[in-house]
Order: sequence, then C-alpha cells, then structure tokens
Amino acid sequence: MIINHPLLGPRDASEFVYLGDACLMNRPAWVGERIEGEDANDAKTAEALQQYHDYVHLRQNNAGEHKELWYHEQGDRSWLVVTRNTITHEIYNVELAKDVALANKTARASQGGKK
Amino acid sequence: MRNSGFRYTGFRYSGFKVIKEALTGHKGWKPVWRTPEPKKEYDIIIIGGGGHGLATAHYLASRYNITNVAVLEKGWIGGGNVGRNTTIIRSNYLHPENQPFYELSMKLWEGLEQDLNYNAMVSQRGVLNLSHSDSQNDAYVRRGNSMIMSGADAQLLDQEGVRELYPFLDFDNARFPIKGGLLQKRGGTVRHDAVAWGYARGADSRGVDIIQNCEVTGFLIKDGKCTGVKTNKGDIGAKKVASCVAGSSSRVMSQAGMNLPIESHVLQAFVSEGLKPIIDGVITFGAGHFYISQSDKGGLVFGGDLDMYNSYAQRGNLPVVEDVCEIGMAILPAIGRAKLLRNWGGVMDMSMDGSPFIDRTHIKGLYFNGGWCYGGFKATPASGFCYAHLLATDTPHEVAKGFRLDRFQTGNVIDENGRGAQPNTH
Ligand SMILES: Cc1cc2nc3c(=O)[nH]c(=O)nc-3n(C[C@H](O)[C@H](O)[C@H](O)COP(=O)(O)OP(=O)(O)OC[C@H]3O[C@@H](n4cnc5c(N)ncnc54)[C@H](O)[C@@H]3O)c2cc1C
Repeated sequence: MIINHPLLGPRDASEFVYLGDACLMNRPAWVGERIEGEDANDAKTAEALQQYHDYVHLRQNNAGEHKELWYHEQGDRSWLVVTRNTITHEIYNVELAKDVALANKTARASQGGKK
Repeated sequence: MRNSGFRYTGFRYSGFKVIKEALTGHKGWKPVWRTPEPKKEYDIIIIGGGGHGLATAHYLASRYNITNVAVLEKGWIGGGNVGRNTTIIRSNYLHPENQPFYELSMKLWEGLEQDLNYNAMVSQRGVLNLSHSDSQNDAYVRRGNSMIMSGADAQLLDQEGVRELYPFLDFDNARFPIKGGLLQKRGGTVRHDAVAWGYARGADSRGVDIIQNCEVTGFLIKDGKCTGVKTNKGDIGAKKVASCVAGSSSRVMSQAGMNLPIESHVLQAFVSEGLKPIIDGVITFGAGHFYISQSDKGGLVFGGDLDMYNSYAQRGNLPVVEDVCEIGMAILPAIGRAKLLRNWGGVMDMSMDGSPFIDRTHIKGLYFNGGWCYGGFKATPASGFCYAHLLATDTPHEVAKGFRLDRFQTGNVIDENGRGAQPNTH
C-alpha cells in the first residue's frame, strides 16, 4: 500500500506504524477528572467508567470505509488519519492528525456554544 | 432423537471399506452430509460453518442430545479460517484461564478420530518453541511449569537438545542465537479441512441441518430477546442463536447493535514446493513471529506476523511476505533454496487481550463465540465443546468461564503477552 503523505507525498506503508481506529483521538475525560467537581455522584462515576471502557476496548471494526491512525515512524514522525477501505485496501484520503484534531475541537466548541 | 423424521443414512469408515472401494472403482462412496432446506424453526441456530460452529453442532448432538439444530454458513463448509490456517495444535499457554481450556482441547484432539470415525490426520509430531536468550529460557521454565500444572507435557531443551532434533538450524546467528527451547511433544498438526468435514459429518449424521450458501443478514429481536435470524433464504426462527463467525464477528454482531472488543486483521500463510522430509515437527521462532512445519505432501508450511492494519480482505501485502521469508532465512538458512509455491490470507478476529470469548450477550437467547485471533484452530474441539455446554445448560463450562465479554469492565483481562488493548500485538 502507498500512503499519500500530505507533506511528503507518496510513501510506502511499511515506513509507518499502525495504531488503529481514529476514534482513539476522542478520549473521554477519565473518571478522576469527572468526579472531582461538585456534581460528582455514583451514577456519574459509573457513566464515566463505562465511557472509558468503551473508548479503550470497543471498536466498530468497519468492513469498508475506515478512518485510522498511522504514525510515520521511519519518516517525519507525524501522525496521520488515513481513510481506507478495509475490504479493498484502497486509500481515499490522508490528513495530518493534528489538523483533524483541531477541526474536531472547533466543531465541539461551536456545538457547545449553541447549547 | 428429538428431530423426528430424520433417518440415519451415514456409514462407517473402516479398513475393510477402503479396500473394498479400491477394488470396485470407488463407486460406493456417498456424500458425507445432506443438503437440506432450512426448516421454519430450530431449537438452536449456529451462525458460521467453520471449525468452531461445526464442532459446536457435533457436541450439542452427541453430548447433549440436542439435534434440532441448524448450522448456517454463508459460503461453503471449510471455506473460512478452518481451511486457511497452518494447522498447528498445542496447549502451551501460561494463564490459568487459558491453559486448562487448551489442554482440554488437546485431549479432545487425541480422541477425535475415534469419536468422529473420521481420519483427521491428527499428528502429535511435537511443537518446539526456540529460545534466544537466557531470560527467554527463564520465561520458558515458568511457562513449562504452568503447562505441567494443568496436566499437559512440557520439556525444556538446552542448545544440544535442540541440535539433536534439528541440526540444520542457525544456532550461531549473530542477532538471535538459538539457546534452547520448550518442547511439547503432544503438540503437532491436524489436517484442517478434515476437521471441518469430520465434524460436519458427525453433526449431520445425528440430524443437524448444515445449510450452506445461507448468509445471516440480521437478527429477529423483540423486547430484548432474540427469536431467530434473517437470511438470504428467508427468516428462520430459533429458541437460541449462537454466533460463531470468527473474522466476521463484528460485522454479524453489529446487526444486533453490538460493538465488540475485536478488530479484524489479515494473517498470511505460505507453502513451498514439495521437498523430501526435513522437518518432522513444528518449529517456532522465539524472537518474533515465525513458525514452520512440513506437510505430509512435502511442502514447507509457514507463516508469521499479521499485516498489522484492519482488514477484511483475504489477502495480504508484500512487506509481510518479505518479513516472514527473512525470519525463515535467519533460523533456517536452507529454506532459501526452496521455491515458494502459494500464499494466501485469512481474516482474524483479534481481541483486545488476545484471548477469546464464549459467552451470553445482553440480548436474551443470543450467544457469542469469537476473538480467536490466530490461534483458534487448536481450540476447535474445546471451543465447540464449551459452547455446546453453554448453549445446552446456560452455564459456562468450567474451563471456559474466564472467556467473558465483560472482562475488560471487571478487570479480568487474560493478556498472555502483556500488551494491553492493542489487538495487532497479541
Ligand atoms: C493464515 C492462518 C494461519 C493460522 N494458523 C493457525 C495455527 O497454526 N494454529 C491455530 O490454532 N490457529 C491458526 N489460525 C487461526 C484459526 O484458523 C482460526 O482462529 C479459526 O479457524 C477460527 O474459527 P473457525 O474455524 O470457526 O473460523 P472460520 O472457518 O472462519 O468460520 C467462520 C465461518 O463463518 C461464516 N460466516 C461469516 N459471516 C457469516 C454470516 N453472516 N452468515 C453465515 N455465515 C457466516 C464464514 O463464511 C466462515 O465459514 C490461523 C489462521 C490463518 C488465517
């Protein structure tokens, strides 16, 4: 597979290390962070534990389009979000993970603002 | 037999029958299982006609006398991983949740052919794990003791012991010298296709319907209870539905709204041209992933690492081919003279801790078996046995009670390699 690095151009996949589903970028606040606060209670702790469990251990494991994290270890050490088809191995899109994270943050902020 | 209307049409294999058929032009052999149309309803539906699904059906019928059972297979029997693996069986695990389970499997392998009246070519030719450092020797002492405590056999070899078995290995390799090894003599290989066929025949002859070209496309779920499945051959009702689809686990269970602690990855296997006998057991490299044996036809059968990225394609990429061949050359330089004949891939259900699941789900009547990673062939008999036990009695079998879906929530992970929630490293 050839990964079209946004900065370096086409690179062989063997230069990269694979981490997994890009949902790993959206870490929920962990239990300790949640329960310090005035509205801490057992239900909230349980919910936070559940969310953290789901984040660490459960995956959609899509057959077809899959957004995933690749690390350019033998290159510029950047993290990439690669959109790839897990049935055909075709790669649709490659972005810097940093850009994706910033875009997610902006999206979350504007959602929060609307509330 | 609860399944009325079924007549036993099977026959028994024997030496006499083989000779008789040889003399009469092999005209008396019959199909080994029927090709039924699905009934409206079954007591139990098993999804997936791989090794585990067929073994489950066989043990349900033969041990629990539950024969109103269907195995639904989207393709053909044996077309999945059961027919794609490198056929190694062993019971050399460390953790108490795993080792007794795999030792039960080994015992079932040892009696399999008599149980099924079918030649599965179970060959206890010995599995040798090489060690390349003093600390690895120490780790093997610990593993060996854990094996012996579960009633399995284990033998620690020093360098001379390994040299006696396989003098042609590269003992003085500059990076990974061979220091010794852990040998399990009862480990070995089994003819994988014959396992699927033997279990299919065993189940069919007791009245189980094996329905091929029947893909499950959804579940019938009402008020939190599963009452059957949707398929390309129509809806089929069932009191219990048991998923057993290996690499397709996430795809199938997502139809019941479940996300699993599983990623699907591709693993490749390789076979060389046929050679004269050189390797009479199974050898595994201890400093990375590589294992090799020789088939009865003479081909060297070997494999190594996953391709590392999520995949549902039953084929891999070239970097892993190169990697596997390099490791092969490192321990066994003679392999460089052999030509590679074929390679293929299979889709693995890699779990978050490298260990499997045999469990109920939160949906009543829906059961799950999966997460076998690349070691599920050796588990086939015990997996079928324990899944049948769970389905028949609604209690987990003693040796499979650690294989729960909620173990990451309760902290009871079974991580043989201590790698954490990174499926491709297990
Ligand atoms: C290259 C390779 C080498 C391996 N080497 C070894 C080894 O040496 N030792 C070892 O112990 N293990 C090994 N394994 C692992 C082992 O093969 C698997 O863990 C095991 O076979 C999985 O269980 P199974 O036989 O039931 O799977 P499968 O045979 O894959 O059965 C699952 C079945 O479910 C069917 N299915 C999927 N979706 C549906 C649906 N929607 N409806 C109906 N049916 C469906 C599939 O068609 C398939 O036939 C290896 C695997 C591979 C790929």
